[in-house]
Amino acid sequence: MDIHEYQAKEVLSNFGVAIPSGALAYSPEQAAYRARELGGDKWIVKAQVHAGGRGKAGGVKLCNSEHEIHEACDEMFGRKLVTHQTGPEGKGIYRVYVESAVPIDREIYLGFVLDRSSQRVMIVASSEGGMEIEEISAERPDSIVRSIVEPAVGLQEFQAREIAFNLGVEARLVQQMVRTLQGCYAAFNDLDATMVEINPLVITGDDRVLALDAKMSFDDNALFRHPQISELRDKSQEDPRESRAADRGLSYVGLDGNIGCIVNGAGLAMATMDTIKMAGGEPANFLDIGGGASPERVAKAFRLVLSDKNVQAVLVNIFAGINRCDWVAEGVVQALRELEIDIPVIVRLAGTNVEEGQKILAQSGLPIIRATTLMEAAERAVGAWQNDLSQNTKVRAV
Amino acid sequence: MSILLDRDTRVIVQGITGRMARFHTKDMLAYGTNVVGGVVPGKGGETVEGVPVFDTVKQAVEATGADASLVFVPPPFAADSIMEAADAGIRYCVCITDGIPAQDMIRVKRYMYRYPKDKRMVLTGPNCAGTISPGKALLGIMPGHIYLPGNVGIIGRSGTLGYEAAAQLKERGIGVSTSVGIGGDPINGSSFRDILECFEWDEDTEVIAMIGEIGGPQEAEAAEYIRDHISKPVIAYVAGLTAPKGRTMGHAGAIISAFGESASEKVEILSAAGVTVAENPAVIGETIARVMGKAA
Repeated sequence: MDIHEYQAKEVLSNFGVAIPSGALAYSPEQAAYRARELGGDKWIVKAQVHAGGRGKAGGVKLCNSEHEIHEACDEMFGRKLVTHQTGPEGKGIYRVYVESAVPIDREIYLGFVLDRSSQRVMIVASSEGGMEIEEISAERPDSIVRSIVEPAVGLQEFQAREIAFNLGVEARLVQQMVRTLQGCYAAFNDLDATMVEINPLVITGDDRVLALDAKMSFDDNALFRHPQISELRDKSQEDPRESRAADRGLSYVGLDGNIGCIVNGAGLAMATMDTIKMAGGEPANFLDIGGGASPERVAKAFRLVLSDKNVQAVLVNIFAGINRCDWVAEGVVQALRELEIDIPVIVRLAGTNVEEGQKILAQSGLPIIRATTLMEAAERAVGAWQNDLSQNTKVRAV
Repeated sequence: MSILLDRDTRVIVQGITGRMARFHTKDMLAYGTNVVGGVVPGKGGETVEGVPVFDTVKQAVEATGADASLVFVPPPFAADSIMEAADAGIRYCVCITDGIPAQDMIRVKRYMYRYPKDKRMVLTGPNCAGTISPGKALLGIMPGHIYLPGNVGIIGRSGTLGYEAAAQLKERGIGVSTSVGIGGDPINGSSFRDILECFEWDEDTEVIAMIGEIGGPQEAEAAEYIRDHISKPVIAYVAGLTAPKGRTMGHAGAIISAFGESASEKVEILSAAGVTVAENPAVIGETIARVMGKAA
C-alpha cells in the first residue's frame, strides 16, 4: 500500500527525521491560509498523488505570493496529474501540501528497500539527489553507496556514519545524517514498510538536514498489525476495479487489451496472458481467483472482468487440483445464466473430473466455446473475439 | 532416493486442526505420505484423521521421530511456527501459508542461520503448493494424480502453473522425480539455485525443469549457477511476458522493479547460460520431451 508524501513525512518525523514545516489543504483558499500560517514569503505547493515524477508533470510549484498559490492550486485541484509513473489516465489531485521553501545547498538520494538478493533491508544512497534512482544508476553509478542491515541488530551507527562520509557530508552534519538514517530504518522496520524513499534529502544553507520529499510503501500482508497505517489508504489514488477486487479477495490488474481472463493461480494467470499474446490477442487483465474456484468466486470474477468496457471476449482457464472441474463448470454455467453475457466466453478446464466438467458445459445449452489445451483456449479466444468484432462491424455498417 | 522427501519421511502438520489442514492431511495419508502427527498449541491429546496432535513441535518430534513438517498456520503466526520447527530439529519444512509479512520472513531466515549448515532445516515456500515425489510421498496441497513417477525434476514458483506442466508431461508419458514449489513470495526459504543443487546430486533426476516468473533476482542467479555447476539439461519457462512493470501480479514477489526482472530479460539470461527455454506455457511438456529425446 502506498501513502501520500505528507503522510510519509508525518510518519518519518515521528521517528526523528527532520522535515520542512508544511500543512495540508483541500482547496485553494485553504492552501493560501496555510501559507499565511506557515509565514515566510516563498512556498512550494505540491500535488498529493501516489506517483513520482510530479515536478516534471506540473505537480510541484514554487509560489511567491498568495495570488500565485491560488493560481497554482486552480491548475491542480480536480485535475488528473499524468506523470511517467501514473500511466496515461493519470491520478486525481484532491489534496495539496503547502511547504515553506528552504535554501538548498546539496541534494542527496536516500532509499530503503527489501533487497531480494541478500533477503535483507538495503540502504541505497547517492550524492546525486533530485534525479531518479534509475537515472542515477544509468548516469552516475559510481555515486551510489549501498549498505545492508543485519536484521538481528538493526542499523548500526557506524553503518550510518559510513554512508554519510561516503556521500561526502561534512563532519559537522554527520550526526544529523545518522539520526535521519536511523529514523528511516526504525520506521521501515517497526511499520513493515517495503520502501522508504527520500529524494531529495537536502542540506540547507543554514546547516539543516531535511527530507524535502518522502515516499513510503507498506507490506499489504502486515497491515493487520498496523491499523494506524491502514487508515492512511486513499482509494481515490487506486484503480477502482483493482480496489473493488482487492476488497473481495481477488487479485486483479487491469491492462489495455480486450480478452478478459479468469484464472486460478497467479503463475497460471500470467501464463494464460502470455499465451493469448502468443495467439495474436491482447489480454485485458490479470485475474487470480485463488486455488479454489467456487461458483460464487467465478460469478464475482465475471462481474469484475466485464466491468471493463474494453473486454470483448472472456477466457476462463481453471486447473482443478483440489477442487473438481464439474464443480467449476457448474459455477461458470450459473454465472453465465445470471449475468446474461453477450460476448464470446471460452472455457478451458483441466485436472480432476475434467470429463464431467466438459459434459456440464456442453449440456448447459449456453454458447460456451470449449477448449482442452491452453494453446487451443487462447487461439479460440482470439478467433472468437476477431469473429465477433467483424460481425459487430457489419451490423453497425448496416 | 528422491530429494527432500520419500516414503520413509516422517511428517507432522503444524496447524492440523484447521479445515484446510485436515482436508490435506487426509489427502496426503491417502497418497501414502507417512504423516505421524500434528501440532496445535493447546490441542495436544486430540487426534485428527487418526494421527495424534501435540502442543509443541519438540513434543511431536520426541514422540514420533518426525523429521519433516508442513506448516498450515495462518499468516500472523506462521513465521513463529517455522522457527519452532527449525529449533525442534525438523530437517525439512514446507510452508503453504500465503500472506506472511516480508519482515517476518527476514527474521525467519536470520534465525535459521543460528544452526550450522549441516544441521540447518531446509525450508521451501512460503506461499507454495508443496513438494511431491510421485509414487512415494506428497508434502503439500497438489493433486497427486496428475504426476507420474519418473526422471524430471521440477522447481517452480507457482502452484497451478506447476500442475499445468506436470499434466503436459503426463500426457506424454513422462514422469517426475520430485516437484518442488519454492513459492511466490519475495523472501523465500529456498531459491531455484538451492534446489538445482539438490537435483544435480539426485540419481533419479535426468533433466531439470524450472518454472519461473517476473520479479526478483533468483532466476538470474540460477542461470549463473547452471552455467558453472549443473551438468544435467535444464529447461525453463518464465511467466509474465505480458506483465506491466511495477505492478504486483498476484504473487507478492511477482513484480518487475529492477533491471533483469522482466520475463524477457530472464529468458535472455537463462538462454545465455545454456538453458533451453520454452517459449510459451503450452509447450513446456513438448520442450522437455524434445530435450529428453536428445539426451537419450
